[in-house]
Formats: sequence, structure tokens, C-alpha cells
Amino acid sequence: MYAWIWRHLPGPLAVRILQALVLIAAVSLLLLFVVFPVVEPHLPSNPFTGPSTVSQ
Amino acid sequence: MSQHRRGGWDFSPAAASPPGGLRAAPPVGTTRRGIGAGEIVRRIVAGTGELLITVGAVLVLFALYEVKVSNVFADHNQAVAQHKLTQAWSKGQDPLHGQDKLNLPAGKQVVLPAGQGFANLYIPAFGKDYAKTVIQGTDDADLNEGPGHYIGTQVPGQLGNFAMAGHRVGKGEPFLNLDQLHPGDKIVVQTASNWYIYTVLGSQPQYQAALKLHGSARSDAIAAALAATDAQGVPGREIVSPSAVQVIAPVPDHPGETPTRALLTMTTCHPKYTANQRMVIHAVLTRAVKASGSALPKELAGGTL
Repeated sequence: MYAWIWRHLPGPLAVRILQALVLIAAVSLLLLFVVFPVVEPHLPSNPFTGPSTVSQ
Repeated sequence: MSQHRRGGWDFSPAAASPPGGLRAAPPVGTTRRGIGAGEIVRRIVAGTGELLITVGAVLVLFALYEVKVSNVFADHNQAVAQHKLTQAWSKGQDPLHGQDKLNLPAGKQVVLPAGQGFANLYIPAFGKDYAKTVIQGTDDADLNEGPGHYIGTQVPGQLGNFAMAGHRVGKGEPFLNLDQLHPGDKIVVQTASNWYIYTVLGSQPQYQAALKLHGSARSDAIAAALAATDAQGVPGREIVSPSAVQVIAPVPDHPGETPTRALLTMTTCHPKYTANQRMVIHAVLTRAVKASGSALPKELAGGTL
């Protein structure tokens, strides 16, 4: 998949590297600010913060 | 510089090695007309590798979200809750309806609207900019706005236990530094009608003695001072299992007993970054002042931001 994307990026090497970085940043931001906030409440308690409540 | 069309993947030795760099000859095992069995196996292996790398990267990003980015959303929620409470108070609307009274008997149940802020929490030891609006309830959504008041526990000033939960790391992390509280530290709670000043329990003489020590002896002695129980068997700090509900009883750790003091309890995850245990801080009401205009109690001298 990554190789396929790389082959389809236009322009010389420097421009392709730049495009690849922009793509990585865009996907990361989408995950961090859109996907995770929506998905996270539906996950079981996780090891990072967990429920802060004293469970019943 | 022609765009060279190729049927293979860049990971093969032929593609990775010079001459020609990335535009090397077609990879081994590939022809224009079709792909061989070796190529199929190679693609499956390469594809699996890519998948695993992707999963790893997403997990790292998720950890980053939990620890850092979730704060962006929770801080916004907290700011909205603070604003709403300030607005409500300025319009003379008190979620508590003035029912919080000094030494209100523990049996008097004050009903509060769920999911709504009703008091502000100030902890001078965390800096004068530390101000959190306390939300009624401890659901995920409540705790994503700020410290949450355990439903069924008492309200500020009331005999018994005003108990709150808060996240330790991420989601606004209101109780990140709960481990930095010491015996005698002040915790100030503001309602529409009153200011309540609670003092963290634990042995004051032991704490003063601990301050004369250095290094790990000092932190051990401070921990011991915090763990020391008072005459009624309540410590300043305890580390318990998540199922230890007795820490939010009207008399903490002594469920069933009738409270004679107004206490405050804060619970959070412990150790940091895990949910294995709970760190619990207990404080006792030592002073209360009627709210009057914008006057601050002396514990908040220097102002709040």
C-alpha cells in the first residue's frame, strides 16, 4: 500500500517526500482530533487513564 | 525524468539497491504479464509487515491522544462548565438552591441536576490558576468536563463526605498532582452561598519532622505523615484498590458510622498512567465563610486567575 502510494506521488523526489509528510500529518490529525474522540468512549477502560471512579 | 511504470514493490532487494535507486529494474519474480508464486508470497509478507507497522503507529498515536490531545477537548468542556456556572450564579440561579449549609446533617439528601456544575474547587498548592468547576456525577461524560461529585455523597459544608473523582492523566487531568498534597494543605470550595476551607488530614508533627530530612528518607517520611490516621481513623492519603468504596463513606473507611465532621475526599487513578489503584486524599472542614460579592477568603489571597 505504502509503495503504491509512493509510486503515484507526482514530481521529483523532494516534492514526493514533502507530499508523503503532508499525507502522514493529515492522517495523524484526522485520527487524533476526529476518529479517537468518537471511538474512545466506546472502548473498554484503557491502561492510560482508565475510569477515575471508585467502581461499585 | 519519465515516470517509470513498474509492477512490483519497492521493498525488493533489486528496487532498494543501486544503480538507479528507486527507479531500478523490475523486481525479481515479476513480469509485465503476471506474477509468480514467489511474488504472491512476497506480497503477503510485505503486506502483513505494513499492516503491523500501521497498527503500531495507530497505537502510539492513541497513547498520545489519551495523554495529551484528550486534554484539549476536556479543557474546553471545563471552560464551558465554568462559564455556565458563573452565568447561572450571576442570574441568581444556584444549582444547590442555597441548601448547602455549614454542618447540615448528613442524612439530609441534597438533590443536584446531573451533569451540571455546582461548585468551584481551588487548591492553592497547585498554583493560583488552579480552579475547577465540579460536575454532579461521575460518568465518563462528567469526568470529561472536570472533577465529578459522587452522587449520594454529601455536598460542601455538610456533615459527612463531599467526595469527588477526577482524571489523573489526560482528559483535563484535574487531579494530576494529587500526590503533591501534604498534611495541612488547604482545599477551597466555593458555592453560590459560601466558601468552605478544608485542610488535608495526616500528621502535622510528622510532616514537619519529615521536612528536615533529605532524599528518599524525606519522601518516605512525608508518605508516612500522610498515611497517619487521626482520632477518628481517617488518613490524609491512602492508596486503595478500585473497588474500595468505603473511602467515600460519610466517615471514610468506617461505613455505617454517623459522621460528626464535614470531610472532603478526592479520588484519582494511581500510579500515573494506570488504573490499577486509586489515590485518595481526605481533608476536613476547618473554616467556612459566607460569600459576599467578589471577596476571596484569605486562603486565596493573591487572587485567582
